[in-house]
Amino acid sequence: MDWSFALETFISLVAAIPLTLQLAATSILLGAVLALALALLRLSGVRVLDWFARLYVFAFRGTPLLVQIFLIYYGLSQFPAVRHSFLWPILREPYWCAVIALTLNTAAYASEIIRGGLLSVPHGQVEAARACGMPSFMIFRRIVLPLAVRQALPGYGNEMISMVKATSLASIITLMEVTGVAAKIISETYRAIEVFVVAGLIYLAINFLLTRLVHLIEYMLSPHLREPRLQTSVQGESK
Amino acid sequence: MNQPGFLDIISFGPGGWGAALLTGAMMTILIAISGFAIGSVIGTFGAWAKVSGGKTIRFIADGYTTVLRGIPDLLVIYLFYFGGSAAVTAIGRFFGSDGFIGFPGFLAGALAVGITSGAQQTEVFRGAFKAVHRGEIEAAIACGMSRGLRFRRIIAPLTVRHALPGMGNVWQVVLKESALVSITGVVELLRQAQIGAGSTGMPFNFYVVAGATYLAISTLSGALLQRSERHFSRGVRRN
Repeated sequence: MDWSFALETFISLVAAIPLTLQLAATSILLGAVLALALALLRLSGVRVLDWFARLYVFAFRGTPLLVQIFLIYYGLSQFPAVRHSFLWPILREPYWCAVIALTLNTAAYASEIIRGGLLSVPHGQVEAARACGMPSFMIFRRIVLPLAVRQALPGYGNEMISMVKATSLASIITLMEVTGVAAKIISETYRAIEVFVVAGLIYLAINFLLTRLVHLIEYMLSPHLREPRLQTSVQGESK
Repeated sequence: MNQPGFLDIISFGPGGWGAALLTGAMMTILIAISGFAIGSVIGTFGAWAKVSGGKTIRFIADGYTTVLRGIPDLLVIYLFYFGGSAAVTAIGRFFGSDGFIGFPGFLAGALAVGITSGAQQTEVFRGAFKAVHRGEIEAAIACGMSRGLRFRRIIAPLTVRHALPGMGNVWQVVLKESALVSITGVVELLRQAQIGAGSTGMPFNFYVVAGATYLAISTLSGALLQRSERHFSRGVRRN
């Protein structure tokens, strides 16, 4: 291993980390909103909506992400109507095409995770909330969603990690994120192993931090599973 | 306009791309099967290393699965494609040939897919082995079966039964991952669609056809997997 070359590579790859993180964060956040909507469609009980969500999930989970990216980036430009529409400034940009494709893709996977979480909420909790006189939106906001989020979090963590990995495909449509820069250096120098090790370490570090973060959120969301902390102040004194 | 219509693309007649796309689909299946087979072999050894290896072997196996599950598959393909070419060129130089020797894209792709799916299959097999009841193995020992016989008649079939659903998931992932091999220039389904898109100027139609073909392959293989699951679960009582 040539250390000075590895260091040089590391410096140029670090500069590409923000783009990788930006792609991942944008698509995970937008994807979560879409995923929640899809999960609610699946559970809505309205057959048309249910089938729409099913079809969506089937199509996006059954095709490679790269095909979806190509379909949006190259495919849509086939139509003059798209090229002349107000959306063209967005659909012309590889960055936005990558974000759109990643968002649509992750929404399909995440909607199933969220659906599982929503289904896992014990019926008794909802009944108790109804008995307290909560309106249905409040039940959803205060009872169902927090419990579902807690339940879905481990699975969602895995999905986030695969999204970080999936951002590497953006390099194929010319975006210079970590993998894009790595591929450029490899094809210029043909020193695949050094570049692979450095780029791999960067992805591992990102994913490691991400798992820690998910664990932290999991910890914060499950106070009822923790050992009670010793109360040092006497009750009622704080008032 | 003299542009081919949607049906002309998939037609098998003159000027149609049906035959080319079908050949590409065959190549996709071939890559996926090779990668999956390599991954199964790696997974078997990985699971064995994790279950009954010594401290060092277990450490290596843990490192392998952690690293490969945290790194984008695309990066691994780049490593094998460019790294393989560099290695082959170096070997060629050793034997007196000068000049660049390319590493076959198919081999690089199958190896890369195999190694990434091997990490997933290690976990699948390990979990499946853990699910085999101790009592079954004890009973086999009590019957006086030798180690080999025990593995062949008791452990292997039971492990496969528990591993099949997980293996089905890995297969679907492998199938979609095989699309990434298109970057090495292997003319599989996605690459063929790219070629068609380039020469007709109709990217949308071609990528839609490619996506639909992936969906068809994954649906068909999913149905096959379900049948084999039923085969290996004969005699399991369902409540």
